[in-house]
Amino acid sequence: MVPYLFLGFAAMLVATALMVVLHKNPVTSALFLVLAFCSLAGIYLLMHAEFLGMVQIIVYAGAIMVLFLFVIMYLNLKHDIETGVQTAVRRGLGWGLGALLLLTSGTLLTRGWSMGPVLAELPAQGEGNAAAIGKVLYSRYLFPFEITSILLLVAMVGAIVIAKGRKGPEGEGA
Amino acid sequence: MAELWGNAVFQVAFWAILKVGIILFVMLTVVSYLILAERKVCGHIQARTGPNRVGPFGLLQPLADVGKLLFKEEFIPADANKVIFHIAPMLAVFPAIVTLSIIPFGPPPMFQVTDIQVGVLLFLAMSSLGVYAITLGGWASNNKYALLGGLRSSAQMISYELAMGLSIIPVILEASSMSLNHIVDAQAGPLQLYGLTVPFLPNWMLFKPHLMLPFVIFTITMFAETNRAPFDLPEAEGELVAGFHIEYSSMKWALFFLGEYMNMLVISSIAITLYLGGWRGFGPEKFGIIWYTLKLAAFIFFFMWVRWTYPRLRYDQLMNLGWKILLPAAVVNVLIAGIVVYWRAHA
Repeated sequence: MVPYLFLGFAAMLVATALMVVLHKNPVTSALFLVLAFCSLAGIYLLMHAEFLGMVQIIVYAGAIMVLFLFVIMYLNLKHDIETGVQTAVRRGLGWGLGALLLLTSGTLLTRGWSMGPVLAELPAQGEGNAAAIGKVLYSRYLFPFEITSILLLVAMVGAIVIAKGRKGPEGEGA
Repeated sequence: MAELWGNAVFQVAFWAILKVGIILFVMLTVVSYLILAERKVCGHIQARTGPNRVGPFGLLQPLADVGKLLFKEEFIPADANKVIFHIAPMLAVFPAIVTLSIIPFGPPPMFQVTDIQVGVLLFLAMSSLGVYAITLGGWASNNKYALLGGLRSSAQMISYELAMGLSIIPVILEASSMSLNHIVDAQAGPLQLYGLTVPFLPNWMLFKPHLMLPFVIFTITMFAETNRAPFDLPEAEGELVAGFHIEYSSMKWALFFLGEYMNMLVISSIAITLYLGGWRGFGPEKFGIIWYTLKLAAFIFFFMWVRWTYPRLRYDQLMNLGWKILLPAAVVNVLIAGIVVYWRAHA
């Protein structure tokens, strides 16, 4: 049962990811990206990572993509004229990054999918992976966790400063 | 056939599909009568009787309504994005139906489709997907009023989702589980308050002092998440005509309403499960579904009562309430609940 479900989700993931890149309408592309995130969440669920699957939907599909959609919908992208130079730079970057990705995946394939260090101890049955993730996150990976939260705080403060700055000298903020 | 029946996977799938079918059928019927109930409640609050012509006490009114909607002409605006215009109403119903699969309607495993360890997160995930229906519906209609309605709705739902998620965390801490079944089990028996047992009161989360404010916050955000008055700014017929569903007609319009009422049922069920002891009540466990139905009916009546009693908030009031009052209050409550739970475990 699980292998068939995995095939289904994986096929959907690849198909929707391709549609994100290939579709002309940016809003439709964004919606396909939402579908791609949802199929990825399905794959997480099949790997018994329920917590990760749900957080994937909440954070990516529910929060980040809504903001993406906002930007795409309300900034009119139809009249975005691009010069030849921009297109050339973008194409070049695309080819370069694509080649890099192909190279890395090729190396990985020849090495037989060794994915680096794997957590040695699996969470106890019945404990649930939310508890397991919490324990590891607040002990072994506490420092990266705190660094990430400081990064987010900096981004938030930056966004507020930019939003306040538009008011000019008479506004309450600088 | 017997061989197939012996297969464990087949049995699980069979019972799950049967339960899903029953729940869907019951919920769709309930929704059609909720609309009648809404009109009746509205009528009596405004000192009139409400619909009473079709059948005894107007009980056949839902049939008449659905018949009218089915035969209405379906209209699609010329410059609408056709595919998204069709998908948006379906998206309004889908998250609510998915969430129904984890709600314990009575003692498990009989009255629940499935119990997952991250039940609360599934609910939050689905309610965060609910934004798409209204945003896309408003955008695809290619109408200024619809677009404004969709824009307002997404801003509103994103703002209130945060406070809602934070108001659930104290409950998760108290029950030390995200499974809805465990949360219901943690509310069994008489009230336990900081080591004391209070007789005559059930051990519901609502009665614990450090969980009272989260309940109030959850109840307020509940109205915002379902886009019901006093938070029905996406529709705001006075200024936006009908908001995001202005261009929708016939069954597509009905799907938006189905979604709204389904969402009401689901979110009330979650509130009952998290704070009001779920299906637990006095008497034997098999009466669970009766207690559940009573609590749900009370909650739905509360929804309608508020809708026909309070005026709509202004947009800046809505944002102030969400970001400057509910969110900080919820954050403080997470801290308080954390301290209480830690103190109890280590004292």
